[in-house]
Amino acid sequence: MDSEIVIELINVEKSFGSQKVLDRVNLQVRRGTTLVIVGASGQGKSVILKHMLGLVRPDAGQVKVFDKDIANCSKSELKEVRKSFGVLFQNVALFDSMTVYDNIALPLRERTHLSEAEIRANVEEKLAMMDLDKAGNKFPAQISGGMQKRVGLARALVLDPSIVFFDEPTTGLDVNKSNEIYRLFYKTQAQLGYTAVIVSHDVPKIFKLSDHVALLANKQIQGCLTPEEFQLSDNPHIRSFVETTMGPIYSSEREESSFYEKV
Amino acid sequence: MKKFNIEIAVGLFLVLSFLCFAYISVKLGNLNLFGNPTYQVVARFESISGLKVGANIEIAGVKVGRVAAIHLDQNDYEAVVNLEINNKTRIQEDSIASIRSAGIIGDKYVSISPGGSDDYLKAGDEITETESAINIEELISKYIFEKD
Amino acid sequence: MVILKSVMLKLLEKLGYESLYLLEVTGRMGIFLFSCLGRVLAPPYKLNPIIRQIHFIGSRSVFVILFTGTFTGMVLALQGYYTLRKFGSEGLLGSAVALSLLRELGPVLTALMVIGRAGSAITAEVGIMRNSEQIDALECMAIDPYKYLIAPKFVAGLIAMPLLTFIFDVVGIFGGWAVGVGLLDINQGTFFQSMYKAVAWQDINMGIIKALIFGLLMIWICSVKGYFLHLDRSGGFGAEGVSRTTTSAVVLSSVSILVWDYLISAIML
Repeated sequence: MDSEIVIELINVEKSFGSQKVLDRVNLQVRRGTTLVIVGASGQGKSVILKHMLGLVRPDAGQVKVFDKDIANCSKSELKEVRKSFGVLFQNVALFDSMTVYDNIALPLRERTHLSEAEIRANVEEKLAMMDLDKAGNKFPAQISGGMQKRVGLARALVLDPSIVFFDEPTTGLDVNKSNEIYRLFYKTQAQLGYTAVIVSHDVPKIFKLSDHVALLANKQIQGCLTPEEFQLSDNPHIRSFVETTMGPIYSSEREESSFYEKV
Repeated sequence: MKKFNIEIAVGLFLVLSFLCFAYISVKLGNLNLFGNPTYQVVARFESISGLKVGANIEIAGVKVGRVAAIHLDQNDYEAVVNLEINNKTRIQEDSIASIRSAGIIGDKYVSISPGGSDDYLKAGDEITETESAINIEELISKYIFEKD
Repeated sequence: MVILKSVMLKLLEKLGYESLYLLEVTGRMGIFLFSCLGRVLAPPYKLNPIIRQIHFIGSRSVFVILFTGTFTGMVLALQGYYTLRKFGSEGLLGSAVALSLLRELGPVLTALMVIGRAGSAITAEVGIMRNSEQIDALECMAIDPYKYLIAPKFVAGLIAMPLLTFIFDVVGIFGGWAVGVGLLDINQGTFFQSMYKAVAWQDINMGIIKALIFGLLMIWICSVKGYFLHLDRSGGFGAEGVSRTTTSAVVLSSVSILVWDYLISAIML
């Protein structure tokens, strides 16, 4: 709670056509912490993420990243801000005409002046970190979904970003594979110390990784709380979200308290 | 290895197309790339009807150059024609330049009839003796009207 | 009366909406063109992507161009021969073939072939990258998609199109020669002399200018269609969106090439 704010959304509003998706959304992300945005599908979680990335500009309000309002700045300023970003897209968005190696090397080739040998060293280190040593020469279509996610993570981390965004990092993966992604996330964050913003509906597992949880419901953020507070909150939206996603498992008073003790 | 192949393919493509361009520009565009140096002289005609830039210049039916430029002298309303002559060909001062047609409806060309002088024209000089194009319609009407 | 009024109002509204949409699309395409040309001129200059694009647009089209060029020249000679024979001027066949190729058919047919081969592929490639968020990914990596993705295509298009046109012209001329001299028994000297005499630099210039403009048009239309796939009113989503956009890019660029062909000819003749 003490570290400085790196991302701040102030009264962000956004409509697509006549449909309002975000209505006065306020949210803060602090340096070095992990924020998880949860919410039912179709509520606009990804839209919030796209605002933070500058891919979508709000109809009203401010999106401050490192104290710069990226909702109202020039393209070159936005580009400058994005240099500290790493993104893992929901569908990974790997460049499918390039090999895994070239995918990871691309940010280095386009954004730095490193020699090809330095790039190779850097990329191979990232490949090893993600257990992808043998996949370097394969194309994205030739590897499994879990491997694609890992390649995406490697590409997002290759320039040592200070903020990393994850859009549904475990969608479409089985329990084993998603645990592996979480393990890699945990490991790399400990190593590189980046700030993370995760959009997910993998509740409750995701709570173990997060410092703060924010629920998007009814076009607004319903409290940005620690996981423990979140589960005990009496905000009706959070209450009903917690109950519908975790309710059947922790139905009785006894089980619920044992769960909190574990967390 | 893969990149190597791309480069060969691109190289082949470039060489092939530049060869084609060279053919077009040298052969068809009469681009004077390799030697064959020329000098220019000027000739004034009352009328050049139908003569075009690029038309041949012939002496005794042999091509010795081409028409480089044509423009109108605003003062006396004469056509000024720049003749580009091969360096090897010398033209006497008192030569006569005339505009002829190859056949009745053929292309116009400039024919130079030699004179008798020992002095030769230098670049930029003017051929003073000229014969304008023969107007075929005029000739025909003259022929018809003189009959009766 | 009231019904008529409401119908008229609806019509006007529709008209206004359509023209606004058209203006918006035009503006978007214009801004796209200028941003791309700006990126072409801005450093850093990287040769490798341009070479790859020249390979794709140029080298890999050579075979098709050789084929179409030869047959175009052959049919020109055949048709020209029977037309010219009526006036007893078969001797002009060489110049007829060369002039039609250099001024009209060379640039136009080359452009149409390249649109079919490379233009459609560009739209599909860029469109799929847009659909699968690869362009967003580039932007989020602070890599300028115009500079990285589109600018090399413009450079390559502007280089490859005139060069392919030269190839087309030359093989066309020799195709015409094969039919004229080989088949129709025209004197070889007559064929080439009439050609050398008739062709002037301005004919060659016209061909080059046309090829350059066609190259620009093709890359512009085909890449802008793919790039703004997601903004397409008829819905640019999924495989069907890509295929529909590709079709419309091919049609639009072919039509505009024919329109511009007329305009350039009218201006330059």
